[in-house]
Amino acid sequence: MIKHQIKKNSYFDSVSLMILSRELKKLPGVSEALVGMGTELNLEIAHNVGLFTEELTGIGANDFFVSVQAETEAQATAAIAEAEVLLNKKNESKAALYFPPTLDKAISLDAKLNMAVISVPGAHAADLAQSCIDRNIHVMLFSDNVTVEEERTLKENAAAKGLMVMGPDCGTAIVNHVPLAFANVVRAGAIGVCAASGTGAQEVSSLIDQLGEGVSQLLGTGGRDLKKEIGGIMMKQALAAMAEDEATRVILLVSKPPAKEIAAQILAQAKDIGKPCVVCFLGGDRADAEALGLTAAISLEDAAHKAVALLCGETPADFTGFAMGEDAANALAAREAAQMAQGQRYVRGFYTGGTLCDESMKLLLPSLGHIYSNIPLQAADKLADAKGGESREHTFLDFGDDEFTVGRPHPMIDPSLRAERVRREANDPACAVLLCDCVIGYGSHPDPAADLAEAIAAAKATASAAGRHLACICAVCGTEGDPQSLTRTQKTLESAGAIVMPSNAQAARLALLITEKIG
Amino acid sequence: MELNGLFQSELHVVNFGIEAFYHDLSSQRVPALHVDWKPVAGGDQAAAKNLRKLQSPALSAKIQEANQEAYRRILSAQPALVGLGIAGDVIPGMTKTTILHAGPPVTWARMCGPMRGAVMGGLILEGLAADLQAAETLAASGQISFAPCHMHDAVGPMAGVVTASMPVWIVENKTFGNRAYCTLNEGLGKVLRFGACDEEVFTRLRWMRAVLYPVLQAALAQKGEIDLKTMIAQLLQMGDEAHNRNKAGTSLLFRELAPAICALPLPEQDKVDALNFLNNNDHTFLNISMPACKATMDPIFDIPYCTVLATMCRNGTDFGIRVAGLGKNAWFAATAEHVQGLYFPGYSEADAARDLGDSSITETAGIGGFCMAAAPAIVQFVGGQVADALNYTRSMYEITVGEGQAFRIPALDFRGNPVGIDLLKVIETGIRPVINTGIAHKDYGVGQVGAGIVRPPMECFTQALAACAAGFHP
Repeated sequence: MIKHQIKKNSYFDSVSLMILSRELKKLPGVSEALVGMGTELNLEIAHNVGLFTEELTGIGANDFFVSVQAETEAQATAAIAEAEVLLNKKNESKAALYFPPTLDKAISLDAKLNMAVISVPGAHAADLAQSCIDRNIHVMLFSDNVTVEEERTLKENAAAKGLMVMGPDCGTAIVNHVPLAFANVVRAGAIGVCAASGTGAQEVSSLIDQLGEGVSQLLGTGGRDLKKEIGGIMMKQALAAMAEDEATRVILLVSKPPAKEIAAQILAQAKDIGKPCVVCFLGGDRADAEALGLTAAISLEDAAHKAVALLCGETPADFTGFAMGEDAANALAAREAAQMAQGQRYVRGFYTGGTLCDESMKLLLPSLGHIYSNIPLQAADKLADAKGGESREHTFLDFGDDEFTVGRPHPMIDPSLRAERVRREANDPACAVLLCDCVIGYGSHPDPAADLAEAIAAAKATASAAGRHLACICAVCGTEGDPQSLTRTQKTLESAGAIVMPSNAQAARLALLITEKIG
Repeated sequence: MELNGLFQSELHVVNFGIEAFYHDLSSQRVPALHVDWKPVAGGDQAAAKNLRKLQSPALSAKIQEANQEAYRRILSAQPALVGLGIAGDVIPGMTKTTILHAGPPVTWARMCGPMRGAVMGGLILEGLAADLQAAETLAASGQISFAPCHMHDAVGPMAGVVTASMPVWIVENKTFGNRAYCTLNEGLGKVLRFGACDEEVFTRLRWMRAVLYPVLQAALAQKGEIDLKTMIAQLLQMGDEAHNRNKAGTSLLFRELAPAICALPLPEQDKVDALNFLNNNDHTFLNISMPACKATMDPIFDIPYCTVLATMCRNGTDFGIRVAGLGKNAWFAATAEHVQGLYFPGYSEADAARDLGDSSITETAGIGGFCMAAAPAIVQFVGGQVADALNYTRSMYEITVGEGQAFRIPALDFRGNPVGIDLLKVIETGIRPVINTGIAHKDYGVGQVGAGIVRPPMECFTQALAACAAGFHP
């Protein structure tokens, strides 16, 4: 059936009416619709599409009409009513931002540009970074797949000009208290952090904030900087700047153990600065640093505690315990272990932060003997198919490793793959403890806990239905000031039944404690 | 050291790649810019190599100098409407059996539906064929000389068919003395330029020749030439961009001509009919803005090393461009794209012909889509908002040599329009010129089915770039 509405002497712009016609045709039951002014052209169109009836005769160019062909009268009436709604709809303007297409155009818009964050595909990243160096702009190179040769050239060129190249594969920096890429809202303070690891830097800076202190600068170097091929060019550069920086009173170095000769150079430079210095070479030999009078840390958490202690003029002591106290931790672990069914004995650690995964494995390997992983500490513990296959005994996975990120965003942005694995793991009768990180801050998913909490609740329910008890331990890496909020994130996880520990190291230690209580 | 200087300065960040990093910074009110980064030439290695060659210091200096000369010529152009004539009398090289068409060269066999319809209609109108069947046979016979309008100092909207007996507007570039020609606009609906070729179309075209033409010719002769540069400058302040929106331009022209028409010693009814015809067709001015742009751009052709585009046009099969420094005979053509836009009720993309017409001469000269910011009403065709219209224009500054002086855009604080499309900048940024355009039905005889936005295929530019790289030597 065809239905019309005619409004004499009402003018509407023709383009908006064409848009309306299109919208009306999408309505249920509507096969043809025409909204327009009664011009000759529009009436001809009405004829052509079979909407013309006698009612339209005599209308003119100043008359507005809506014609609808629909299956039922009600649908036609609804469509005409919808036209009225759409006509009166106020378009809320989302001011479209204008993005310049080139670096030089950006410079012409803001001559003070002094830091470039580059996350373009690796094949193009080095050229772009060099263009920035040429224009005296410091670089944070988030992109990976930059060759070692390219990295070395970039860093040499930058160092010659006193510029910083953080990266490649550098995810975290806080410069002048501005968090760049994946970084937390950490209060301003006197601890300068030089880090070759992204989530490692996030963990130490967040814990420093939680301990009530703050960071002066947090510079990243990229994971390869302390290898022999690069020679620690940027770590040395960052150290030199921190040495000169009056706002920095304590220096904290975070890295995997560097090449031997590079480590010697870095430690010597750190010693000469004369400022208290904490060295956190995860899994490295603490004796090297201590021989030079520097403070060595045994975990990221320990590094944060020691840096804060030095800042406060206290003597740093190893932190290997639990914030809740040893007794409370033992009681908690015993309670969890007591609920386990026969055969439940393994820890499964599923991480979105690579360094957090690495740290946990280093803390637990001496007790567990083998930890199977996609980034194993012992070559023999390499899982053949980490993504598709099943877990094996104690299994720890880094979901940010290449195998998991092909064709999809990093798990800190999209943690769904990890959540899926948490659910799946609940079906394994040998699984006793699930251990997960949850990294918040800028760059991360707007609410990573929601997804993880749902998966944990589901996993616990699955295990419970099978007569088992699954211990789920989480640690949130972040601060109160982060957009997601530390407390809110912790509460979300707790309400799903997770045990939330204050640091990655404590979470790992509690997992171990539970396995020990199972016996 | 430099790094400590950074610690003492306010951080100003430029972000490439993941856009979220930029939004995180701007939400914290950190001074930041995001670059809409694309690999050079879209990752095309051969094009990147050609670009590097042309950007070598020795060649680059010559090219920039040539482009500045082109820019100077475009800005100094003074197009004026000087009269009307009959195509066969005034267009150079026009014969009784010549058919001019829009776009780059194309054979009858490759012509799209609407162009075929317009050609057949033109042959019937000229009395060369009695009916469509005879017209089709004649068109395929090889006895008709097909040529692009652009090769004969002319331009034509949509199919752009010009035959010997058609009246044409004559525009002269007063600075350089060159002329450009364009037929009179027939209005919307069933018209020859969209390939309609029935009796209704012929009746109108005959009336335009017999009644409208003498009225306009006499009126213009009485009034004297009309300065089009000023008129285009004005219409840009009135919501037109002189390609897809010509309401203001047509009104301004009407105001110029109406008193002269009324004063003519011609039959009253003819004058009334002529005025009504002009008044009822919003696109009357399109066929004047086009030759004004054509007359503006042709003088840049003889500049060696010039990489500014002198022509962009389409024949519904191919999109073709010409580059000033490569000469008038060097066409770089690739398959024309489909227009993204809004369709009239009853039609969809399945009905659309490919991009068609010489009207993209307006964008070549820096108006039309390049002045979308001046005509935000247009952006609704692609579902956009006013801010999008501004951004279409802003992005065109990235690929042009300079900014206009006469043509200014109110919404951009009266910034001059983007002028002189530089082939090298198109390749470097990957930004293709934006063109506002009508959409023709793919079959002849139906007419216009919508309007929207289209861009030239990148291949035209990479071909032209290769020719520059091969032909330009330091």
